[in-house]
Formats: sequence, C-alpha cells, structure tokens
Amino acid sequence: MPGAIEIAQFFPCDPRAELEGEPRGCIHSWDISTGVDGPGTRLVLFLSGCPLRCRYCQNPDTWARKGDEESVAEVAELVRHYRPFISLSGGGLTLSGGEPLLQAEFCAAILADAKRAGLHTALDTSGFLGQRASDALLDDTDLVLLDIKAGSEAAHRRLTLRPLAPTLRFAQRLAQRRDRVWLRYVLVPGWNDDPSEVEAVATFAAGLGNVERVDLLPFHTLGESKFEELGLAFPLAGNPTPTVDQVAAALAIFRRQGLPAH
Amino acid sequence: MAAGYGFDVRRPAENAHEAIQWLYFAYLAAVKEQNGAAMSLGRTSTFVDVYLERDLAAGTIGEEEAQELVDDFVIKLRMVRFLRTPEYEELFSGDPTWVTESIGGIGRDGRPLVTRTSFRYLQTLYNLGPAPEPNLTVFWSPQLPDGFKRFCAQVSIDTSAIQYESDELMRPRFGDDTAIACCVSAMEVGKQMQFFGARVNLAKTLLYAINGGRDEITGTTMIHGLEPVTSDVLDYDEVRRRFDAAMDWLAETYVHALNVIHYMHDKYAYERLEMALHDREILRTMACGIAGLSVTADSLSAIRHATVRPVRDETGLVVDFEVEGEFPTFGNDDDRVDLIAVDLVEQFMRKVRRYPTYRGAVHTQSVLTITSNVVYGKATGATPDGRKAGEPFAPGANPMHGRDHRGVVASALSVAKLPYADAEDGISLTTTLLPQGLGRTRAEQIGNLVGVLDGYVGTGGFHMNVNVLDRALLEDAMEHPENYPQLTIRVSGYAVNFVRLTREQQLDVLNRTFHDGL
Repeated sequence: MPGAIEIAQFFPCDPRAELEGEPRGCIHSWDISTGVDGPGTRLVLFLSGCPLRCRYCQNPDTWARKGDEESVAEVAELVRHYRPFISLSGGGLTLSGGEPLLQAEFCAAILADAKRAGLHTALDTSGFLGQRASDALLDDTDLVLLDIKAGSEAAHRRLTLRPLAPTLRFAQRLAQRRDRVWLRYVLVPGWNDDPSEVEAVATFAAGLGNVERVDLLPFHTLGESKFEELGLAFPLAGNPTPTVDQVAAALAIFRRQGLPAH
Repeated sequence: MAAGYGFDVRRPAENAHEAIQWLYFAYLAAVKEQNGAAMSLGRTSTFVDVYLERDLAAGTIGEEEAQELVDDFVIKLRMVRFLRTPEYEELFSGDPTWVTESIGGIGRDGRPLVTRTSFRYLQTLYNLGPAPEPNLTVFWSPQLPDGFKRFCAQVSIDTSAIQYESDELMRPRFGDDTAIACCVSAMEVGKQMQFFGARVNLAKTLLYAINGGRDEITGTTMIHGLEPVTSDVLDYDEVRRRFDAAMDWLAETYVHALNVIHYMHDKYAYERLEMALHDREILRTMACGIAGLSVTADSLSAIRHATVRPVRDETGLVVDFEVEGEFPTFGNDDDRVDLIAVDLVEQFMRKVRRYPTYRGAVHTQSVLTITSNVVYGKATGATPDGRKAGEPFAPGANPMHGRDHRGVVASALSVAKLPYADAEDGISLTTTLLPQGLGRTRAEQIGNLVGVLDGYVGTGGFHMNVNVLDRALLEDAMEHPENYPQLTIRVSGYAVNFVRLTREQQLDVLNRTFHDGL
C-alpha cells in the first residue's frame, strides 16, 4: 500500500553531526559511472538520508540517514585515488543521494576540497532543501543536476509527499546566480505524465535561462526489490512504465520550449 | 607463387595497387606455409598510405579507388580462414585467424602515426560490414588526435570490432615500429618472434596444491611429493605455501614442455618464408601464460577473508568447498584481493624465469585466454571462491562474471594494477557495454568512450576489448543465428563471429557482466 511509508521516517539524522568541528557525514555507497550523473566518467557519492518519499524511488535504502560517519579527509582520500582516471576521462565528482543537501556542510567541505584538487563538481539534488546550500557551496559546484518531480503542487505532493515550492525557489536562485543546471524529469505514467504537468515544468525551466539540457528518465521498476528488502510495499507495484510514444511526447514538450531534451 | 599469378615481385612496387598486391603475396605465402595458423599482418596501413597518397597526389586514383584497394585487400585477409585445418575450431571457435593489424600510436618524435589510411582500414568495417578479421588493433594514447580518437570510438560503438592497446606502455619498451603478434603481444616489426606457449591453468594448480598433487576430477597423482591439506578449514598461509610448491612444479614442467615443442617445431615445421622476412639476428620470446587468474585470486581471497571448508569424497579427495562469509573479489579496485592477483603474476613469472629456454628466448608471460577460458573451466573442479565444477573462468585478466559490482571503470582499474613488466606478452580485458551505458546522445557516447580509453591507458591499463551491444540482441542471435551472420563481438585478444560460437560460449558471453551503466 502506498500509504505504508511513514512520515516519521523523514528526519532520522542526528542534528549534532553538523554542529561542531569538522563536518562528518553519512555515505550510503559510491561508484564510478559514465554518462549517467553528469558529464564524463564520475565518482558518484550517494549520501544517505532523504526528505522526499518519491513513490518510484529506486534507492529507498538511502532514505534513512544510516551508515558509517565519514570525515571529509576520508572522502578526500577516495577522491584523490580516482582523480587520475576521472581527470583523464573528462569527468568529475558528483554528490548524489538520498538528498545530499541534508548534509549541506559536509557537502560544502567535500566540494571545496574537490575544487582545490581541480575536479569538475556536480550536485544531484531535488532542490527541496536548497535553502541549506550556502553560496560558497554553490560557488564550488560546477553543475547542478536538478530533479523536478512534477509540474504542479498537487502532483508533486502526491508523488513525493512533499511540496514543490522549495524546489522552484531553489531553481530561481540558481538562475539568478547563473549557475549551470541540467534538469532531470522522471516520467511516471499516471502520476506526472499528463501534458499539463510536463508543460508546467518545461515552461518554468525555459523561463530560467540557465537550464542547459533536460534528461528525461523513463520510470522503471528496478527499485522494487529494495522496497521488499526494507519490508516496505513498493508504492508503484504494477504501475506501467512509459511507452516509447509517451517518452517521445514528453520530450517534444520540452523541445518546444527550446530545451535540448534527451 | 607470385609469378604463377603473373606478377614479378622482384622489382619494387610502383604504385599503391602493386604495393598492396605485393604485401598480400608476402602474407599469403607465409600463411599458406603454416596451414592458416595465427599470423599477424603487422603495421601496414601507414606504410601503404605512402603509396596511396602519392597516387592520389598524381591524380592516378581518387579517394573512392583508394578505399576500394583497401577494401579489396581486407576481403582477401578475411578469406584466410579457408586455409586452416579444422582442428582449430575445437579450441578457438568463432573464426579467429589472428590477422592482427596495428593502427595508430605515437612516434618517438611525438608525431601521431595516424594517416588517412588508418581511417580507411577502420572504414572497411562499414563498407564490408563488421567481421572478426583482420583483427584491427588501435594503439591508443591520450596524445592521439581527437578526430581519430572519436572515429575509433564511433566504430567501436557501431561494430564492436576494435581492440585497444596502450601505446604508452609499448612505445618505451619496443619503440614506435611495433606491431601486435598473435592477438595481443607487442613486438618490434621484423626484429622479434614469439615461441607461442599458450597458457597454464592456475586455478587447477591451486586445487592440486590443496589435494597434495592429485587431480580433483580423476584422483590421479599428477605432482609427486606434495602433502594434501588435511584441516577442516583452509588456512591461508598453509594453502599459499603448498600452492607455491605446486607452482614450482608447474613452471618447470611448462618451460620444459615448451622447449621440447619448439625444438621439434623448428626441426619439422620451421616457418622459412615468414622468418626470411625478418632480420637475421632476432630477439625470441618464450611466451608463457596463465589462465584463471581472477578465479584463483578470488579463491585465495575467500580462504583469507571468509571461512572455506573443503568437502572431501571417500578417498579424501577435495571435490567441493563450502564458503561462509563475505570476501572481496577481483574487479572492484579493492587492494585486499587485487594485490593477490598482482602477486600471482609476479610470482609465476619469477618461477618461469628460473628455467633456461630453447634458443635463449626471453621469458614472457600473458594473462589472456582467448575463448579457451571455457575449455579450461570445463576441465577444472569446484574452486574455493564458490565457482562450481566445470563452470567457465573469466576470459583473460577479466574479473569473474558478475563479481565486478562497482562498474566497468573499477573493474578496469583492478586489471590495470597487473604489472606489465611481468606480463609483457599481454594482459587482456574484455568489456561489454550497452550503448546507453555510455551516455544519452551519440555524441556523448563517443566522447565518453574516448574518455574511458584515455583514463584506462593513462592509469596503466594495457589492453581493452570494447563490445557495445545489448543483451536482447545477443539472445535473439542465439535463437536466430541465420539473421546475424556478421555479428562480431570481441573476446580476449580478438573478435569472433558470435553465431559460430558454441552455445556454451554464447551463454558465457551473455553471463559476463552486462554493464547497464559503466
């Protein structure tokens, strides 16, 4: 049942972690990927903890802020290890999650360190906690991968159990700062594929002026087994995946607004 | 032979047409004399380019005719397989004849050795359709011109028919007039030859060590004077000690056997014609090799980091293993196991070097198996890493199927740790990617594959086969081979025709990690 996800699970993190000394953070896992989370081959750190409960989530195991606390120095060591390959391949570092901005100070420290090492940096975020991102953090971020989940408040709340407005405010702030943004839209039939939803996102994004491209990601059910492992019902069990035509229709809406969409 | 076709090859070729004709005669004569056995072409594209460009400048041919000459030459090279004896098919199915042609690289003076004819050779994969032969091998360097790099990546994505080798590793050792012999092994053109040594089965040797020299399938004693492991749980230090002794026996037996084989080969089947095209004084290598590196490293890692209990039959022979607990596996850029693999490569090379070789050949070693990883696996009992009896090994230096869970880059970085200095005959890595795993647009996929190759070569990787395809296509090809007569995929050091592989080998290819994302 979709309702089985408890709001109480939202903020299990320990606020003290951010208060004193060098920030430490929780990393769920990491990998090296190409062409998925920003340009080139990238070291992707998946930070644990997320305030959203997207029904299609493929990584519900990153919802709770669990895992070993890592210091910035430990992360920096990992980044240094992969730096030669990443630099040669024209890639960089991506902070993803979960929602990385749940651990904003930790992110800021990692990004600052990566910039000092000369790496390209990207932040993959829903923007819901955009307020937590300091200007310094954004200065150290070369590219924001902004996930907008739906075009209307109502659809966004239905899909993520959270409001859309904070994400839009964050997008506007990025636009004012002229920060580079790639927009990502997960197309979920029956939830956010109505042309009016897609149109609203496309119009908004085109109006910002700093969205360089749109990645349209067709909903898939690969996250289902993770829900089972967590003892949760997969909220979108049985939901169809988009057809080729549905994907093409959504792409066309973004392209009509002059946005390069793939 | 040439006179029989009406050509006088005693005089120099006067134009591109003749240069290619003469080159083909030399190749044909040599390969005929050895029943179509593996024989590389060399590094001919840049040489032929001199003639083609001269004719183009003189206006005697146009670009279309230049490409046609190259296409026709390649058609001839593809037909070489009809010369070979049928025994080859059993061990090396899929049509490989190892007509390896080396393309690209950087000269010692820093100039790229890329010519228009480098592009023309690659273009044959479009004009004639993809095929396993000739075995097109690009010498990759991050310093190659960007346009050539992108064309290579594009051809890889479209045809999966190119292998890449590190010019950065070969140039300092062999100079810039280097080509690939066999399928992966670098040597100076005309100045070097290789006594082919196939490879030994390292994983089976580990089982011999555990069983005190008895074969785990037949029970026959193969190595005398070894004591079996008798404990209920395998102890890492004890197994390493016994394995070391078994490898001593293996190295001695191996080099001795190769000496006998190559002495008799020279006596009864010396390649006169091929050697007549070499310098009088040449450097010979004794090309030893190992199979089952990743399965052996994973087995030792299991013994060290998990609990491995041998299962014995009524005669005390260990026929299976029970593994309890987690252990790091090769292919995840994890030093806890990668360094075991590095150590095995160094250790076996050291042992091989102790034994004198026929004609004073320099000892070398390879970590490449060709498709024979299936055959070696079939002949090997269950191993301590959880692999079942008879299951295939991973090809070449590849991590075991499905155990490289951090993606292809971490997998490649594990392989890149293997020391080339102790495996100068070649270290082969086969990667299989889905196009979507390289990026969302075609331009992005091409750029990202260039990046991966730059990164791999720039961090010490030696060789990479790049297969870009999707699983559904391969499954369909297994069911409907008639629709895919030209489907080519890269295995260890060369490309094969997928529909000509045995069903077991096809399943092996399918079960190799399909990297959805890199």
